[in-house]
Amino acid sequence: MSEELNQGLGTANRAGNREQTAAERPPVSPNGLDKEVVLAIRNLSVVYPTREASIVAVNDVSFNIFKGELLGLIGESGCGKTTTAMAILRLLQPPGMIAGGEIILAGKTDLVKLEGAQLQAVRWRDVALIPQGAMNSLNPVMRVHEQIGDAIDAHVTPRMSRDEIKQRILTLFGLVGLPARTFDLYPHELSGGMKQRVCIAMAIALNPALVVADEPTSALDVIVQRIVAQNLLDIKNRLGVSILLIGHDMGLMAQLADRMAVMYAGNMVEIAPARTILTEPLHPYTQLLIEAVPTIKTRKPLKLTEGLTHDLRYPPPGCIFQSRCPLVMEVCRRVRPPLKETKPQHQVACHLYDALQ
Amino acid sequence: MSAITADQNPPAQAMTRLKARLDSPWINAKLISGLLLLLVVATTELFGPLIVDPKLALIGSSPTNVVPFWVTNFDKKQGFKAPNLEHPLGTESKGRDMLAVVLVGTPRTLRVGLIGATIGLIVGTALGFIAGFAGGWVDTVISTLADVMLTIPGLAVLIVIASYATELEIVNMGLIMALFAWPLPTRVIRAQVLSLREHGFIQLARLSGASTFDIMFKEMMPNLLPFLAASFTETVALVILATIGVETLGLGPTRIPTLGMTINNALQQAAIFRGMWWWWGPPIVMLVLIFVGLFLMTIGLDEVANPRLRKVRTQ
Amino acid sequence: MRGLTGKYLLKRFGMFVLTIWLGMTIIFIIPRLAVGDPTSALLGRLMSKGGNVENSAELIARWKDRFGLDQPLHIQYVRYLYNTITFNQGYSLSAFPATVDDLIQRTLPWTIGLLVVATLISFVLGNAIGALMAWRGTPRPVKSLLPFSLVFTSIPAFMLGILLIWVFSLTLNLLPYAGGFDRKVSPGWNPEFILNVARHAILPALAVVLVRMGSWALGMRGMMITADGEDYMVMAQAKGLSSGRRFWKYGVRNAILPQVTALGVAIGSIAGGFIIVEQIFSYPGIGSQLFRAIQDNDYTLLQGIVFYIIVGVAIAVLILDLTYPLIDPRISLKKN
Repeated sequence: MSEELNQGLGTANRAGNREQTAAERPPVSPNGLDKEVVLAIRNLSVVYPTREASIVAVNDVSFNIFKGELLGLIGESGCGKTTTAMAILRLLQPPGMIAGGEIILAGKTDLVKLEGAQLQAVRWRDVALIPQGAMNSLNPVMRVHEQIGDAIDAHVTPRMSRDEIKQRILTLFGLVGLPARTFDLYPHELSGGMKQRVCIAMAIALNPALVVADEPTSALDVIVQRIVAQNLLDIKNRLGVSILLIGHDMGLMAQLADRMAVMYAGNMVEIAPARTILTEPLHPYTQLLIEAVPTIKTRKPLKLTEGLTHDLRYPPPGCIFQSRCPLVMEVCRRVRPPLKETKPQHQVACHLYDALQ
Repeated sequence: MSAITADQNPPAQAMTRLKARLDSPWINAKLISGLLLLLVVATTELFGPLIVDPKLALIGSSPTNVVPFWVTNFDKKQGFKAPNLEHPLGTESKGRDMLAVVLVGTPRTLRVGLIGATIGLIVGTALGFIAGFAGGWVDTVISTLADVMLTIPGLAVLIVIASYATELEIVNMGLIMALFAWPLPTRVIRAQVLSLREHGFIQLARLSGASTFDIMFKEMMPNLLPFLAASFTETVALVILATIGVETLGLGPTRIPTLGMTINNALQQAAIFRGMWWWWGPPIVMLVLIFVGLFLMTIGLDEVANPRLRKVRTQ
Repeated sequence: MRGLTGKYLLKRFGMFVLTIWLGMTIIFIIPRLAVGDPTSALLGRLMSKGGNVENSAELIARWKDRFGLDQPLHIQYVRYLYNTITFNQGYSLSAFPATVDDLIQRTLPWTIGLLVVATLISFVLGNAIGALMAWRGTPRPVKSLLPFSLVFTSIPAFMLGILLIWVFSLTLNLLPYAGGFDRKVSPGWNPEFILNVARHAILPALAVVLVRMGSWALGMRGMMITADGEDYMVMAQAKGLSSGRRFWKYGVRNAILPQVTALGVAIGSIAGGFIIVEQIFSYPGIGSQLFRAIQDNDYTLLQGIVFYIIVGVAIAVLILDLTYPLIDPRISLKKN
C-alpha cells in the first residue's frame, strides 16, 4: 500500500526539499536511539498580549519529534497543547503570536522565520493538520475531492492531471477505509467519522514528514473513535509518517503513543516513552493524571482538583505546579525547575529529582 | 532559561472598574454619534416654534421666490427677489418661508417614522415571539406571511392606499406605514428566539419551572435588546423612506408641509432646473442628517449585537 | 440539478403564487374600503378634482360589464382575479381607449433593463468591496480607501439622483438629466441610439448603484468576518493554499450565500425605490408612468402598474430561489 502511494507522489518529491521518500527510509523502531529528528522545537514561547498583561500560553517549551513516531502531547484544557500545535503549523490566530524560539524542520528550516510564499510551500507538503472539529473543518460548498485536490494542486509541480489526482485520492481513501463514492460527496452528506477520515486522508495526501492531529477523536462516539484511532496507527505504520497527537484522553493516548509529553499551564513538565510515563511517572502532576484514569474494575476518588489555580497573566515565581502539588517543597516557591533528563530518554521538570543528576 | 515573566503588579482596582465600564459594548462611537445627530434634528420640535412662526410654512404666507440671505448674485429674470432677513433661507414659489417649512416639516416627518416603526416593532416582536415559541403551523403561517409581505414592494401598495385616502394626516400615515413595517422585526426576533431557545441558560430556566412569560421577558429580552434596537432604527429609516417616497409622488399631506411634500412641490415646480436650490436643498439636508443618524445607530447596534464585527477594527 | 428537490420547487412556487395572490387581493380590497360602489366613487372623485373624463358613460358601461359590478362581491373578486392574471386589466381612465396592459408593456422594458443592470452592478461591486474590507490580506492602501465608497449608503436613491442631476447635468453639463434618449436620434438597433440610451441611463443607474452598494458591502463584510472565523478557513491556510484561492473558494464562496438570500428580500424595496428615481429623471419607465397616473387620477392604470411591479418582483425572487440550490449544496437537506 505504501509503495502504491509513493508512486503517485514521485512528482511531489521532485519539487520537495526532502531527500528521501518514505520507501527509502530505514524501518523505524519506536524505541531506537539512532532516530532522525523530524521536527525540533527549541525554547518556543507563545503570548497573547492583552491590555493589562500578556498571557503566556506556551512558555519556553522544547522537544523533538522523531521520524515515524507518534508523540502524544497531553494535558488538561487550557494547558497550551493546542496552542503549541498551532504555533508549529504557524496558524496562531491574532492576537496570539510566537514570542521566541525555533521550530526546526528536518534539521534545516526554521519554520518561525518563514513568511509568505516560503511558508505556503512548506505547509501541508511537510507539516499537515488533522483538525479538532472535523465537523466544520471541511468547506461546506466544495466536494470532498475538490478539497483534497486543491491541496495537491497547490504543492505538486508539475501539475498532476485530473486522472492522476483522482487515482491518488482513491488510494488515500483506501488507506483510511473510505468508500470510493465519498469522492463526489459534499461534507454535509458524510457522517462525523467519515469527515474525520476525509481529514486524515487529506493530511497524508502529500506524504508529509509530520502530521499534527489536534484531538481528532474528541467529538466522535466511542466506536468511531476506535476506527479513527486505528486509522492513525495505520498511516503511521504504513507510511512512516510522524504524528504529533494532541489529546487529554489518557486511555486513548496510552494505546496509540510511542512517547508522551505532558504540559501544564504552558510549560512542559515531563517527556518519556509512553510505557515509562504510565508505569513510573516522575512529575507529581503526571502521577496525579495517571491515577485519575478510571478503570472499569475499581472506582477511586479523584485527587486532582479541577482547573488552574493561578492567574495565567501573573504566574507565580518558582514551580508552575506549586499550588496544586501534594509534594511541594520550599525551593518550589522560589526557583522554577528546568526540564532535565533524569533517566535515559526521560525528561522531567521537578525539584524532587534535583539530586538524581 | 529565557522564561517570559509577566507584569507582576495588578493595576489599581478602580481603574479596572472604570475601564470595564468603558468597555461596555453599548459605549459605541457610531451608536452614540448617530443618537446625538438624531437628537439635534429632533430639537426642531422644541425650538422650531420659538425661532419662526409656523404659519409661515403655509401657502401664500410670504412673498414668493426670495433668495436666502447670503445670496448676492441672483437671476432677476427668473423672478427671484432680493434677500430679506425675515426669510433667512428664502421662500419658494408658493410663498412659503423655507426656514419655517424645514422647522415644521422635520418633526412631522420624524413623527411618521416613529409612529410607524413603533407599531411595526411591537406587532413584529409579538409575532416573532409567538412564531418562535409556538412553532408548528403557527410558525409556518407567520413566517410565510412575513416573507410574502417582504417580497411585495410596500411602497407600491402604499401608493395605492394613499391615492384612495382623501386626506392623510401624520398619524394615519404612520398607521399605514406600520402595515409594512412589521415583517422585518418578525423575522429578526423569530430567528433570535429560535437560537436562544437552544441555549443552556434558557433550557435551565425552563427546567427550573420558570413560566413562559418569565423566560420571554426576564431571560430572553436582555439578550434581544440590541437586536430589537437595531431593527427599530432600521425600521424607522424604512418607514421614513417609504413616507418620503409616497409624499414625493404627490400623495400624503397637502396643507402643512412635511419634508417629502416639500420635495414634491420643488419637483412639480421644476425647482432643480430653475436653479432654486434653496427649495429642494434644505429638506434634503435634513433628510440626509436623519438617515445618516439612523444608519450610524444601526451599524453601531449591529456591533453591539455581534461582537465579531467589533474585533476586526482593532487588528 | 443538485438540491432541486420536488418539495423545494413546490414550496418556492407556492410562495410565488401566494405573493401574487396576496398583492392582487390587497389591490382589490383597498378601493372597496372606500364608501359607495367603486366605479361611481372613483368617477365622483375624478369629477370633484376637476378632471374631465371623456366617454365616461361608455367607460362606466364597459367597466361594469367587465367586472360584473352588479354581481355580489365574491363574483367580482373571482372575475377580477381572472381578468388580472390573464393580463386583461381594462382601459386606462386618462388615455381611453388604450388598455392598461398595452400602456404598461410599452414602458416596462425601460424599467426592467435599467433596474436589472443597476442591481447587478451594485450587488457585484458592493460584495467585492465588503469582502476586501474584511479580508486580512487586502493591501493597506486599498483597505483605507474602501470605506469612502460607502458615503452614500444611508440616503435614499432619489435624493442622490437630485444631487447627481445638479452636479453632472446642470453644473458640469456632462450628462443628460431627463428622458431615456434624445428626440433627435431614431430608435432602433443602431449604435447611435444604443449609445444615446446608455448615456441617459448613466445617472439614474449611478444613483441606484452608489446607494445600494454600501449595504451589500456592509453585509458582505460581516459575512466574511464570520466565514474567516470558521475552521475550514484555518484548514485552507494549513493546506498552504494561495491567498487568492482561500479568498474566493473558501471565503467569498461561503459568505456570498446569505447575501444572495438577502438580495431576494431586498428586491422589493429596490424596485419600490426605483419608482421615484425614475420620476426624478423623467425616465420613460413604469415609475414615471405611475407618477403620471397619480397626477391624472388614472386609478386603473395605477393599479395595473402596481400589479406589474408585484409580479415582476415575485418573478425575480422566484428566479433567485430556483438558482440558490445550485450555489448552496446543503439547501435540500436544510429544508428537511
